[in-house]
Amino acid sequence: MAVNEKILGSELIDKVPGGGFVLAKTEDLFNWAKSSSLWPLTFGLACCAIEMMVTGGPHYDIDRFGSGVFRASPRQCDVMIISGTICVKMQDSIKRLYDQMPEPKYVIAMGNCAISGGIFYHDSYSVVKGAEAVGIPVDVFVAGCPPRPENLLHGIIKLQEKINSQKVKTA
Amino acid sequence: MDITTIIHSLQAKFPGIVVGASADQLIITKEVVKPVFEFLKNGPAAFTSLHSITAVDRKDTVEVVYHVHSFAHRVMLTVKVILGNDQLEVPSLTLLWGAADWLEREVFDLFGVRFEGHPDLRRILNPDSWTAHPLRKDFQMDGIVPRPVK
Ligand code: SF4
Repeated sequence: MAVNEKILGSELIDKVPGGGFVLAKTEDLFNWAKSSSLWPLTFGLACCAIEMMVTGGPHYDIDRFGSGVFRASPRQCDVMIISGTICVKMQDSIKRLYDQMPEPKYVIAMGNCAISGGIFYHDSYSVVKGAEAVGIPVDVFVAGCPPRPENLLHGIIKLQEKINSQKVKTA
Repeated sequence: MDITTIIHSLQAKFPGIVVGASADQLIITKEVVKPVFEFLKNGPAAFTSLHSITAVDRKDTVEVVYHVHSFAHRVMLTVKVILGNDQLEVPSLTLLWGAADWLEREVFDLFGVRFEGHPDLRRILNPDSWTAHPLRKDFQMDGIVPRPVK
C-alpha cells in the first residue's frame, strides 16, 4: 500500500521500515476513509449554490479532497452542503432530506444565509434564520456572501479534520 | 398614436378617468376596469401585452397597479385602481390576458386583493396555510419565521 505523505490523514498510518505493509489503528483507518470520500448531496438553494458548482468544476477541483461525487439521492450522501437561502416553504423539504441521509452524516452551512439568514435577517417574512433554526445541526460554518470556492474547500478540509479526530463508536 | 392621443380617446369614451402623477399614468375606478382594459387591448391603441400587476399599500387605501404595453405604438401605460381597505376586490383580467392569471395570484398572495372571476385564486408563493398577506403594512410576522433556540 503506497502511502503518499501529502494526503490528508496519512500521518495516521505508519510504514514499517523496509516492509511491504503498514500499521494503523482501525479507528484512524475508518476516519481516514470517511473523511477522504465525503460525498455531498446534489442540492443548492440560491446564489451560493452557483459558487458550490464552480467549486466542483475543473478550476477548483473539489475531487482533490474526495468530495466531488455529488449524489442525487440523500441515501448515498455523507455531507449536506446547505448552500443558500432557506425559505419558510422550503424548510420542511430540507429537514426531510437531512433525515433521509444515513449516519454518519455531516452538514456544512455555506454562506451567511444558511448560517443566520444573512442579508435577509431583518424584516423578512419568508427567510428562515439559518439552518440551526430548522433543527439541522451544523458541523462547519463557511462565512461569506457568497463564500469563495477556496473558502468552501477550506470548510471541507476543516470537516475532514473534525472527522479525523472523532472516536469510532463500537457497540 | 402617442400617449396623449390614446389617453384623450379613452377619456372621451370613459369620462371620470383622471391622469395621475405622470402623463402616462391613469387612475380609474373599479367599476370600469373591465371595459377600459377591453378598449385598451382591442381598441385602436392595441395594448396587446400585459406586463405586470402589482399593488401598493397606502395604509388607508390599496392601489392595484397595471402596466400594459402596445407593441404597435411602442407605448407603455400605467393604470391604477384605488381600493378602500375594507373592499379589496377588483374584476379579474384573466379573460383578456392569460398572463393575468399568475400575476393576480401573486397580488392576492402578497396583498390580499381578491380578483372577482379569477378561475383559480390561490396563493402562489407563500405556504397555503398562511392567512396573512405579507406585503400589507399591518402584517405581523411573529411566529412565522423560525429563529434559532438561544
Ligand atoms: S449568503 Fe449571499 S450569496 Fe449565499 S445564498 Fe445568501 S445572499 Fe446568496
